[in-house]
Amino acid sequence: MTEAQGEADAGIGSNPILSGVWHRALPGMFEGRQVLYFASAVIITYIFWLVLSGHYTPLLLVIGAVSSLLVVALGSRMAVVDREGHPIDLVLRAVWYWPWLLWEIVKAGIDVSRIILSPSLPISPTLINVRASQKSAVGLVTYANSITLTPGTVSVEVEDDEITVHAITYAGAQDLAKGGMDRVVSRFEGAAK
Amino acid sequence: MAQFIDILSWAFLLAGGAFCVIGTIGLLRMPDMFTRLHGASVVDTLGMGFIILGLILQAGFTLIAAKLIIIAALILLTTPVATHALAQAALHAGIRPKLDHDETGGHIAGEDASSNS
Amino acid sequence: MMFFVAMIAVLISLALGLVRALLGPTMFDRMLAGNTVGTLAVLALALIGFVTGRPDFLDLAILYTLLNLVGTIAVLRYFKLSEPAVPVADPVAAPVTDKE
Repeated sequence: MTEAQGEADAGIGSNPILSGVWHRALPGMFEGRQVLYFASAVIITYIFWLVLSGHYTPLLLVIGAVSSLLVVALGSRMAVVDREGHPIDLVLRAVWYWPWLLWEIVKAGIDVSRIILSPSLPISPTLINVRASQKSAVGLVTYANSITLTPGTVSVEVEDDEITVHAITYAGAQDLAKGGMDRVVSRFEGAAK
Repeated sequence: MAQFIDILSWAFLLAGGAFCVIGTIGLLRMPDMFTRLHGASVVDTLGMGFIILGLILQAGFTLIAAKLIIIAALILLTTPVATHALAQAALHAGIRPKLDHDETGGHIAGEDASSNS
Repeated sequence: MMFFVAMIAVLISLALGLVRALLGPTMFDRMLAGNTVGTLAVLALALIGFVTGRPDFLDLAILYTLLNLVGTIAVLRYFKLSEPAVPVADPVAAPVTDKE
């Protein structure tokens, strides 16, 4: 917290308009891309409000705007409105990543359903270490969560470059160890570090 | 056209219900806690997805459909976190999965780091 | 009509999930069953909204979705912090193969 405040002082200390009350209230907010994250978080929160509310009278619209600003301001003070918490540069790539992941989930889900319904219960539980080539924390979390979301594989432990996976069949574990999903997530993560 | 969408949404609702039942049957049939996770994840992904999809087709382009999409997105974002937390906590509590193949060679990622936390 | 069929399927799943929650040899089995029952409750709420024609139930479903995650994490944190006091592992049902 104190470090962030120090940076903010160095960045806008010379600007008489931005210093003072505002930067005491929101340390670091006016630094570079932080404004972008702040604005996009406010917009998304406001859209969430609009969808949930369903009443579009001026009073409720204003209350929604104020409360979404307030919420993001609080989040900004907690230093959670940054790239890690709100990776807006990944939104465009999510357009192709999510359908791909959903298709993988459907395929794996049907496989697991067949296993559950077959009378002999042909499972061969496997614990395996899978290499994770993602560079950023966001990419690693995306990979681990994609593994968990796919039925038949659950990520049990996560390290910097390795994920321990529990798979319900040996074939499923081998499939994951080939690294197909790893490559797709790395492409999704892209050049953004 | 409306008839076609109706039939499609019924098919999705039926498939979703079927996957919910299959997943919970898995929850009952599987031999240990880690394999049960896989049964539960069928409910959380396919069962949930198909039922919400069927409801979205019934709702059409309305605010209700937007809310349903929000529900689906929230479930898809939060379940892996809960499942991973469960698996990790179980492993740390000393519950070892029954395994047919152990490919880790005794080394589990993050195990050394977690021992001092 | 079709809502009722889906509703019945979800209710059957809920019952099966509760059976696992009652049987579950370890605390984590019960947690897992509770998590699944939470997801099924969200689906049941959404279906109730459509059956009765009152979309207000969808807001409750969203709330349940969020509470489900928070509840699971909170209980896991609690058991992690009070580990020695609460016997989480049943030695008979879950054989511990000592790795050390």
